[in-house]
Amino acid sequence: MKQISTIIKPFKLDEVKEALNAMGVTGMTIMEVKGFGRQRGHKEIYRGAEYQVDFVPKIKINVVVAESIAGKVVDTIKRTARTGKIGDGKIFISTIDEAVRIRTGEMGIEAL
Amino acid sequence: MKSIILLILITLAGITRALAGDEAPTPLSNKTAIDLVQSHADYVWTLVAAALVFFMQAGFAMVETGLTRAKNAINIMMKNLMDFSMGSIAYWSIGFGLMFGATTTGWFGASGFFLSDFTAGGDPWVLAFWMFQVVFAATAATIVSGAMAERTKFSGYLIYSAVISGLIYPVFGSWAWGGLFHGKGWLESLGFIDFAGSTVVHSVGGWAALAGAIVLGPRMGKYTIDGKIRPILGHNMPLAALGVFILWLGWFGFNPGSTTAANKDIAMIFVNTNLAAAAGSILAMCVSWLKFGKPEVGMTLNGALAGLVAITSPCATVSPFSAIVIGSFAGVIVVFSVLFFDKIRVDDPVGAISVHGVCGAWGTLAAGIFNMGGTSLKVIGVQVLGIAACFLWVFPTAFVLFKLIEKSIGLRVSPEEELDGLDFVEHGGNAYPDFEVSTRGGMSTPGAPAGAAAAVLAGAVKISREIKAV
Repeated sequence: MKQISTIIKPFKLDEVKEALNAMGVTGMTIMEVKGFGRQRGHKEIYRGAEYQVDFVPKIKINVVVAESIAGKVVDTIKRTARTGKIGDGKIFISTIDEAVRIRTGEMGIEAL
Repeated sequence: MKSIILLILITLAGITRALAGDEAPTPLSNKTAIDLVQSHADYVWTLVAAALVFFMQAGFAMVETGLTRAKNAINIMMKNLMDFSMGSIAYWSIGFGLMFGATTTGWFGASGFFLSDFTAGGDPWVLAFWMFQVVFAATAATIVSGAMAERTKFSGYLIYSAVISGLIYPVFGSWAWGGLFHGKGWLESLGFIDFAGSTVVHSVGGWAALAGAIVLGPRMGKYTIDGKIRPILGHNMPLAALGVFILWLGWFGFNPGSTTAANKDIAMIFVNTNLAAAAGSILAMCVSWLKFGKPEVGMTLNGALAGLVAITSPCATVSPFSAIVIGSFAGVIVVFSVLFFDKIRVDDPVGAISVHGVCGAWGTLAAGIFNMGGTSLKVIGVQVLGIAACFLWVFPTAFVLFKLIEKSIGLRVSPEEELDGLDFVEHGGNAYPDFEVSTRGGMSTPGAPAGAAAAVLAGAVKISREIKAV
């Protein structure tokens, strides 16, 4: 099993979610996060004083899938989350040791 | 048939008139009746206006909480609730008598304490007048809570609130307005113009706010050791804007209501009030646009209030065109004043000192310059005298008061308490329990890299400890 963790621009969430659902990935967890990579922040002003905002709001999506479809998931995300401008985000793939469905106790791929 | 009906009608009319005990109307009884209608109208207008001015308390509460952080929102609400509640009692017991009681010296009144001017069955005008005056006193008191926000000990603040409503505000008020009731102030006897209180209310609040902000010191992290100003963002700009709109509405009671009479004068006062506010917000927006590159909402909101404060003194004695000029200058002045106080490291989270103190002084001066009845050096001189007298009474008295509170029960919370937020520390509460409060327990200014935040924090703790040690 692989965990695919991806950071995307917030307005891309619906598009990515629809595409993942369409290819058969039905479960996911999302988080509202802030971050920056090479994308700079920007300057804002408040009552005459300037300040720098470095952290940019993003959405992080975690999905855990069978290793056999991991590659397809990554390609789907790459396709739908991309705008071509700085700040599109990143995808991280890691291996999951075990998974459990709490309600039934199923383990492994059956738990996904 | 017709004559029988006529007969019955005449008989009925005769009976009802006999039962009612009607006399034929005389010119004198007509005049009494007409005067009574006017008197009733005076009561209605004065009390409706008082209700509008009361609603300004909501305006102040929204402005102050919108421009400060969420972790202190409950504390702002409590301070505003108590400003009005404790102010009402302090003004009922002591303040009103000091301000409007009979006086021998012209420097303070000494009758009418505990509303003793009213006896059951007696003339209730004193009640209507008191009601109108108490909401003004509460306005002066609540101006200060914005400048002292986010780091003031609640118990210390309560003491200040009682003293300003019970002593500081009424004494100056007696100099300028005592003659409106049983008193006679030395300042009004010189011809001082302050129709609705640019100085009596707003400068009194503004200079007390200045004293408080100086004694307290700035919020942690606001000014860096190397001289930079780091903005501490308000948590809800829509609330701040709502507050300004509510204040604008309330000012339609504040200024025209000061006639305490239902007559045609209120029309020009209404118009002047509105035009000054509009001009103030436009000019403040333009100045912020030119200076910072974008029209900034905080300054624009302050600009509207600056125009309102400035027109408060001259609203009944200047032309509508003058009102636009006065408001425009206020809108420009307030922007530079806010920047100035930040530059000299007097931390005023909402701009109360600039809006109420500085623009109150400008409005009082403008009342002399633009006076429809004619201006002269003497007229302007009396205005300047009043402005100076207010500062010389309020600022030192408030400064001493805050110093006394600081030395006794303490005026400022500890650095740890300031970081945790007053809502939790002072009131055991959370204003927004359903929302993630992102600033809980940490440096709240966005964009500060983690390492720098720790350094600023250490420096700020050191500075605030030094302030406490002084």
